[in-house]
Amino acid sequence: MTSRRAFVSGALATGAAAMLPRCVFADVATDSRFVLVILRGALDGLAAVPAYGDGSYAAKRGALAITAPQLKLDGMFALHPSFNQLHERFAAKELIVFHAVASPYRKRSHFDGQDLLENGTSTPKSAHDGWLNRTLPLLPEAKRRATDRIALALAQNVPLVLRGDARVGSWAPSRLPETDADTLQRIADLYSTDDYFASRLQAALAADQVADEGAGEGMSAGRRDPLNGLNTLAAAAGKFLAAADGPRIAVLEASGWDTHANQGAERGQLANRLRGLDQALDSLRTSLGTAWARSAVLVVTEFGRTVAVNGTAGTDHGTATCAFLAGGAVAGGRVVTDWPGLANSALYEGRDLRPTTDLRSILKGVLAAHLGAGEGGLDEQVFPGSRAARPVEGLVKS
Amino acid sequence: MTLDAVVAANRFGLGARPGELDRARGDARAWLQQQLVGTRPVPQEIGRLPASATIFETYSELRRDRKEAKADSAAAKRLLGALRQKLAPYYLDQVAARYRVAVGTQESFRERLVHFWTNHFAVSADKPQVLALAGTLENEAIRPHLAGRFADMLVAVETHPAMILYLDNQASIGPDSQFAQRRNRRAPAGDRKLGINENLAREILELHTLGVDGGYTQQDVTTFAKALTGWSLGIDRPFAGGEPGKFAFHDAAHEPGAKTILGTRYGQSGVEQARAVLADLARHPATAQHLALKLARHFIADEPPADAVERIGKAFRDSDGDLPTVHRAVLETPAAWASPAVKFKTPHDLVVSTLRMLDFVPAEPRQIAAPFELLGQRPYAPGSPAGWPDTATQWDGSDALLKRIEWASSVAGRLAGRDQPLNLGERSLGATLNERTRVAITRAASTEQGITLLLASPEFQRR
Repeated sequence: MTSRRAFVSGALATGAAAMLPRCVFADVATDSRFVLVILRGALDGLAAVPAYGDGSYAAKRGALAITAPQLKLDGMFALHPSFNQLHERFAAKELIVFHAVASPYRKRSHFDGQDLLENGTSTPKSAHDGWLNRTLPLLPEAKRRATDRIALALAQNVPLVLRGDARVGSWAPSRLPETDADTLQRIADLYSTDDYFASRLQAALAADQVADEGAGEGMSAGRRDPLNGLNTLAAAAGKFLAAADGPRIAVLEASGWDTHANQGAERGQLANRLRGLDQALDSLRTSLGTAWARSAVLVVTEFGRTVAVNGTAGTDHGTATCAFLAGGAVAGGRVVTDWPGLANSALYEGRDLRPTTDLRSILKGVLAAHLGAGEGGLDEQVFPGSRAARPVEGLVKS
Repeated sequence: MTLDAVVAANRFGLGARPGELDRARGDARAWLQQQLVGTRPVPQEIGRLPASATIFETYSELRRDRKEAKADSAAAKRLLGALRQKLAPYYLDQVAARYRVAVGTQESFRERLVHFWTNHFAVSADKPQVLALAGTLENEAIRPHLAGRFADMLVAVETHPAMILYLDNQASIGPDSQFAQRRNRRAPAGDRKLGINENLAREILELHTLGVDGGYTQQDVTTFAKALTGWSLGIDRPFAGGEPGKFAFHDAAHEPGAKTILGTRYGQSGVEQARAVLADLARHPATAQHLALKLARHFIADEPPADAVERIGKAFRDSDGDLPTVHRAVLETPAAWASPAVKFKTPHDLVVSTLRMLDFVPAEPRQIAAPFELLGQRPYAPGSPAGWPDTATQWDGSDALLKRIEWASSVAGRLAGRDQPLNLGERSLGATLNERTRVAITRAASTEQGITLLLASPEFQRR
C-alpha cells in the first residue's frame, strides 16, 4: 500500500505541491462531523417507525402492521424490530426520530424525488449541483482548507447532493491491483494540460492517501452485505472522519428500498435491509471512536410509501416518511413530529401519510447549529426560496 | 474525411476494431446507415442461450422445492444457496454472449442501439426473480424489433416475463375482478388483501413512454394499473392457465369496465384494453420528445442542443415511431458529428471499446463480467427501472477515474506484447490521437505502460 503514497509525496517534492490540497494538521476550530445517508428507492416510514398508537394504524396497514412492537419510543411510535442498535442510541439520548417528513416534492417519481432531495430546490432538475456542495463555502472550516479535504463521497462517483462548484473527494474500496507510481506519475503528466482529468486524479490520490494512513485493515470490500457494501463504506467513513486532519463531511448511499411486493413486517426483505442499515450505522459509530461525541448522522429518503398495503403484499409510492438524526452531538431521545394521523380524512390525497415537516427545515437546523453555516446563505444559496421553511431549533447539544 | 470515420466507429459504434477505421473511411455515413435496416440472423453466441420460458422452469422447480422446505429453515437456507447456484450460470452466459457479440461484431452501431434500448427498458438482475431472465429481455424483445416500430418493441417489452416480474405485475389483481370477488366470498375478512400494484403502470408512463413531465396524473397511473391487471405469466399461482413462463392474460384478474386514461376512454375488454393504451402512448408527442432527448443525449452531448432533439422527435412523429427512420435522424444531425468527442465513456463503453481495440475477450464468463462490475456497471443490473444514467456526472468521480486507470494497467499487464501501443492508438483513435499522448506512449518504459497511458488518455476516455 505504499507505492501510491510514495507517488503523492514525490509529487509534493517535485513542485506539483501547489496543485494538491494542503493538509492542515492542527488549529481545527470546527470539530463537528456530519454524515448524510441517502436511502434510494423510498423507504416506507411506517415500516421503519410504526405508529402503533394511532387508532387507524392496525386496520390501515393490515398484514404489514407491527401491532405489538418491542422497541417502543413512546406511546405512539416504535422502531422496527430490526433497529436494535438505533434503539440503544435512542435510550442514550443520541437519536432523534422525525416523522411525517417530506421534501417539497409532491409527485411520486423516484428519480425526480431523489433529484429534488439532493438539489435542494423545489423543482426537480432545476439545479445541477447539490445543497451540500453549496453549503461547503459557507462553512467556517472552508476558510482553513480546501473543500475536497472537507467533504468526501464514499462512492466511486459523487452523488448529486455533493456535486457542484466546490471540489469534493470520493473514495470506494478497490479490488483492483494498484497502478505503480511511475505509471501514475506519467498519467499525471499526460493530464497536466487537461484540468478535467488532472483535478480528478489529484483528488483521488489525496483520498487514497488518507485511506492508506488512517484505515488499515477495515477497508476491504465486504461481499455478504445486504446493502451492497454499506457496512464497509460506513466503517471507512468513520475512519476518514475520525482523523484529526480528515474530512468533516461524508455522504453514503444505499439503494433497494422500493418494496412494491412482499415487503414483510417484523421479518422479511425490508426487515433484512433495515437490519443492514442498523449495523452500518453502528459500524459508523464504532469507527468514529471518540469523534462520535461530535458527530451528527442524518438518514433521509426521497419520499414515503402508501399507507395501505397494495395487491402484492407491498406498498406503492407515497409522500411523507421518517428521517433519523443520530450522533453524540445530537440532542436526542425524542420523536419530533407534528403527527397528522392515519384516519382517512388526514391522509394526503386519500392514500399517503400527510407531510407536516419540511425536510429542509431539518437540514437547515443541522447545517446551521452543527456545522455553523450562516442562515442567510441557507435560505438563498443552499435551499433557494426556502425562507418559509424555518430551521428546526435545538437539534444538537449546545 | 478521416475524422468522420473515427466518430462513426467510436461514437456511433462501440469502438474501432483492428482495420475498422479503414473500412469506415470511404463513406462513414453510408457505413452506419446500412447497419440500421433489415433483420439479421441471431448471432451464434446468442442463439445458443436458453429462452426465457426454459429458464423459467428452473424458477418453477425452485419454487416447488421451497414450498416443501418451508417448515424446515435449514433446508430453506440450503435452497437459497441452490437458487443462486442454478440461476447464476444463466446470467453469466447471457453476459458473456452479449459481450462476445459486442466485441466481435462488424456492425457495432446496430449493437450500440440494442444496448441503448435495453437500457431504456431496464430490468435489473439484482432482483432475484430477474437474475436469470434479464438478458432474455434484450434478446427476445429488443433485438427482433430494432428495425421495426417502437410501438411493437413496447408491446414486446411489456409482455416479456422479465419486465412483468421486475415490475411486479404478475399478481396485480383488479379489486372488482372475478378472481377478487370469488376470493372475497370464500375467504374470511382479514385475509391477505387483493388489489393492484402500480409499479408497471407508473414506469411505463414515466420511463418507457411519456417521460416524467409528460402530463399524466396519479389518477392516470392508478387507472392504467387497473387496465394492466391480468397481464401476467403462465404460472401456477395465484391463478392457473397459460403456458409456463410465457406471457399470459388472466381475464379473471382483470378489472372489468371502461377506463379513462389521459382523457381518452378505453372501452375495450380484456387484454385489448391495455394494448390500446400502449398503442396510444407509443404515438403520443410526449413520447417522441422523451425518446428524442434520450437518443440525443446518448449520441450528441449530456445537454444536447434543442434543435437536434426537435429533429429526432419530428422524425419519430412523422414516421409513427419507425425506428430506422428515428435512428437515421440521429445520424443526420450535424451536431452528432462534432469533434473532439465530448461524451465521457460509461464503464460499459470503456471496457467494450478497449476489448474491441485489443480484439480480445476473456474465455471465462466470470472474467468477462468482472471489469464492468469493478468499474461500477454490473451488466444487466442498473439497480433501478430508470436504467444506467447517460451523463458524465454519474461516472466521472475522482475515485472512478482512479479505478479506470487501475483497470487499464491490469489489462495492459495481461495483454502487453500483442501489439505496439502506438499502433493500437492509431487504429482506434486515428487522427484524434493527441500529440501529447503520442509522445507519452513513445517514451513509455514498457509496452505495458504504453497501453496504460493510451487507455487512460483523455481522448480514449471519451467518445
